[in-house]
Amino acid sequence: MAKDFIIMKINAAGCHYRTLNQQIKDAVKKGEKHIELLNVNGQRYIADGVSGDTEIIINGVPGNDLGAFMSGPTIIVNSFAQDSVANTMNDGKIVIKGHAGDVLGYGMRGGKLFVKEDVGYRVGIHMKEYEDKIPLIIAGGRAGDFFGEYMAGGILILLNLNDEKPERATGSYLATGMHGGVIYIRGDIDKDQIGEGVGVVELKEADNTVLNNLIKEFCKDLDIDSKFVFKKPFKKLIPVSKRPYGKLYAY
Amino acid sequence: MKPGILSPYCEKDISACGLTGLISKKGRKIKGDIIIRSISCMDERGNGLGGGFAAYGIYPDYKNHYALHIMYSDKKSLPATEEYLRETVKIEHQEVIPTRRVYTITNPPYFMRYFVNPPEEIHEHLAHESAELREDNYIVNTVMHINSEIPGAFVVSSGKNMGAFKGVGFAYEIADFFKLEDYEGYIWTAHNRFPTNTPGWWGGAHPFTLLDWSIVHNGEISSYGINKRYLEMFGYKCTLLTDTEVVTYMLDLLIRRHKLPLRLACSALASPFWKDIKKMDDEEKKLMTAVRMVYGSALLNGPFAILFAHSKGLVGLSDRVKLRPLVAGEKDDMVYMASEESAITEICPNPDRVYRPDAGEPLIVELENQN
Repeated sequence: MAKDFIIMKINAAGCHYRTLNQQIKDAVKKGEKHIELLNVNGQRYIADGVSGDTEIIINGVPGNDLGAFMSGPTIIVNSFAQDSVANTMNDGKIVIKGHAGDVLGYGMRGGKLFVKEDVGYRVGIHMKEYEDKIPLIIAGGRAGDFFGEYMAGGILILLNLNDEKPERATGSYLATGMHGGVIYIRGDIDKDQIGEGVGVVELKEADNTVLNNLIKEFCKDLDIDSKFVFKKPFKKLIPVSKRPYGKLYAY
Repeated sequence: MKPGILSPYCEKDISACGLTGLISKKGRKIKGDIIIRSISCMDERGNGLGGGFAAYGIYPDYKNHYALHIMYSDKKSLPATEEYLRETVKIEHQEVIPTRRVYTITNPPYFMRYFVNPPEEIHEHLAHESAELREDNYIVNTVMHINSEIPGAFVVSSGKNMGAFKGVGFAYEIADFFKLEDYEGYIWTAHNRFPTNTPGWWGGAHPFTLLDWSIVHNGEISSYGINKRYLEMFGYKCTLLTDTEVVTYMLDLLIRRHKLPLRLACSALASPFWKDIKKMDDEEKKLMTAVRMVYGSALLNGPFAILFAHSKGLVGLSDRVKLRPLVAGEKDDMVYMASEESAITEICPNPDRVYRPDAGEPLIVELENQN
């Protein structure tokens, strides 16, 4: 497909993260709308705190804290990512075409994070929402322990599309301490994995509408057949209390 | 040598330790500059207060001798140490460990290596021990004696056909200092240190070693006190002021002396939770219950990811709730383990397989030829 815009290319080979990030910030400031990073390997903090609507394509392996505090841009990672992607992210979108590491979307406040394959431990912990700022994480593979721990808002969706270890799509301590937001998991959940204070409920019509739209977007971005995704029913997890530990400290 | 990627902005920053390791399962020799590139990719995880390497297969000419790498904080401790060594062991060969001046490393200690074996007549007080353990135990006692009794002298490593190289600096500076590009090994591990609650000194850098065990560690061992007291009952002396030291001695105790299989020793260090033991089948339940009862004092509490190497393999292990990162990659006969995937892709751009072990799940890689 021919593109009718100019892509600014930045070669990151052997480049320190501060030099690289300064180049990105300068380019965004100048009004570049399309930036492609080449030969990235391990540089941290890419596009951290960057605002606006620039699209950043990453070739190679971005380092930890990709898109932290980011507020608006779209990042597309053509391979995979490491730990702490979308840390306290405010707005924008990150699409990762492979797997990603631990502590994704920590304290995320808005925007979207799509990961095609597995995600690590502590994904979506401390996610929160306020009015129309509702953060979203969708992962196509499995997740490790503490998925959605202390979740206070937002939407977490886990698909386990390969149906690998279907009874352990997530690890232990699933949503422990959850007191806001919602988690949808495709397939079954082992009750023993679920943390205290979390309820498993049936999906309602409104859930299906939301899920449908979000998953269609995910599938479109990552080139997945959305019909296949819906071949298995989802479970919905919600907090049963807004203050699960309220009684622990105040009698 | 090409400095690490950090060099233009060498200053303190929020960080954590970084580790990386590689093994050729066929026992092929890998040049030092490969591991140097890998660890230098994670300079941000250290702060220049500790870097180090362990290498296996580097002394083929003396492969049947224990290679003692000894660090002398001043040359005054050298005569006393050498006198003790001459009395205690047979020294086949001794030499200065080659180093070069590195601009950023000031006042380095002095390093010697001695290729030694225990005397034919092994000391009487070890006669009750099995012949198989006697030589190793004799060397362990020698190491413990030097570390605890001779001021200013520390044994950095004591295994056969292996060595540890470590000090205060970034890993790439330490590699430069010890001319590691001149060495070839079939297993390498490396560490970038960010000391948190123990001093950054030359002996406190990783790896920590004993005989052919070497450990690099990211995290902190909160159970250090319990582990240390337990080890002291078996004659180990913790003298290096850093928590990681206990992991090395614990593995020596569990695997070499108590003959636990590797996997079971890992289960003692990062034991399964009781809630998970409850769900195991009867045999496994009985085994894990026994491990937790017998080796309660070997349990490592607190966040950790470790790589431990020995002459026949490399093992990666993280704590039971995975508070520190660990990833692995494979390509042909090579296996790589590191804190970050970029440290693997730096030296192996297209691994056949990349995987992230679960919390407490040991990644055990062994040489194809175990002899």
